[in-house]
Amino acid sequence: MSNFPFADYITGAIFCLAVGTTLGGALIAALSTRIIRGVCGLMICCIGLAGLYWFLHSPFLALMEILIYVGAVCVTIVFGVMLSETDEPAQEKQRSFAALWGLGAVLVGLGVFFAVSRLSLGGPWKVPAAFANDGSVQAIGLALLTTYSLAFELISLVLLVAILGALVIARSGRTKE
Amino acid sequence: MNFTHLSDRPEAYFLVAAFLLAVGIYGLIRRRTLIGMLIAGELIFGAASLNIMTVNRFFSPDPAVGQIFVLFIMGLAAAEVAIALSIIIAVYRNYRSIHSTDISELNS
Repeated sequence: MSNFPFADYITGAIFCLAVGTTLGGALIAALSTRIIRGVCGLMICCIGLAGLYWFLHSPFLALMEILIYVGAVCVTIVFGVMLSETDEPAQEKQRSFAALWGLGAVLVGLGVFFAVSRLSLGGPWKVPAAFANDGSVQAIGLALLTTYSLAFELISLVLLVAILGALVIARSGRTKE
Repeated sequence: MNFTHLSDRPEAYFLVAAFLLAVGIYGLIRRRTLIGMLIAGELIFGAASLNIMTVNRFFSPDPAVGQIFVLFIMGLAAAEVAIALSIIIAVYRNYRSIHSTDISELNS
């Protein structure tokens, strides 16, 4: 790599930090009782994901991940949390049923994890002989404006319709007090 | 396996993506509020994006396609969150609650 001392170890440590941030944030997001902590866990998870995108040679997507997920999606969810009363209800009824439900959820999660990792680790992946481009921001911009221009326009339309729909749905039923 | 070259191996990314998907599905089953389910859904989106990016980086002949795909996933996720939150707020106005057990009017 470079001639900086211990560069390999520093890179490996930063990679492990990104993986740990992603996994820890996901666990906080799924397991916390208070929903606002879950949103913070989602933010931490997305920051870790941005680090992983950086390691996957895509700094553009890393920046977009932080901009869209941490900056827009999580802040929007925080607004939703503030406008409604969101904490998980206390365990009041049928404790054995709730425990059974939790056990079933854990089993489903474990099954999905082992099935998907077995599929993706055992797949016959082939490394391509040649690359069409280098995956840089310039290549992304060229592809967005030539091959994928229709999809690009359509997604802007989807976002516009989503904004209007959100306004209409959230506005109906609002009364002056 | 030497941990200094872990970032050059697709298996590490695949395992992280599978774990994110499993945690997201666990949260989707376990959560009892609509916003909790929304957060779990975002985790599943993250898992899908990471998987696509891994295949794109290591096994795709055109490394720009996967990045554009993930960019579209992010845009759709943002639109989905906006719509879902407005629905959640409308539900909260009608029922004064967003717990999934309270919204059971059609469950006669």
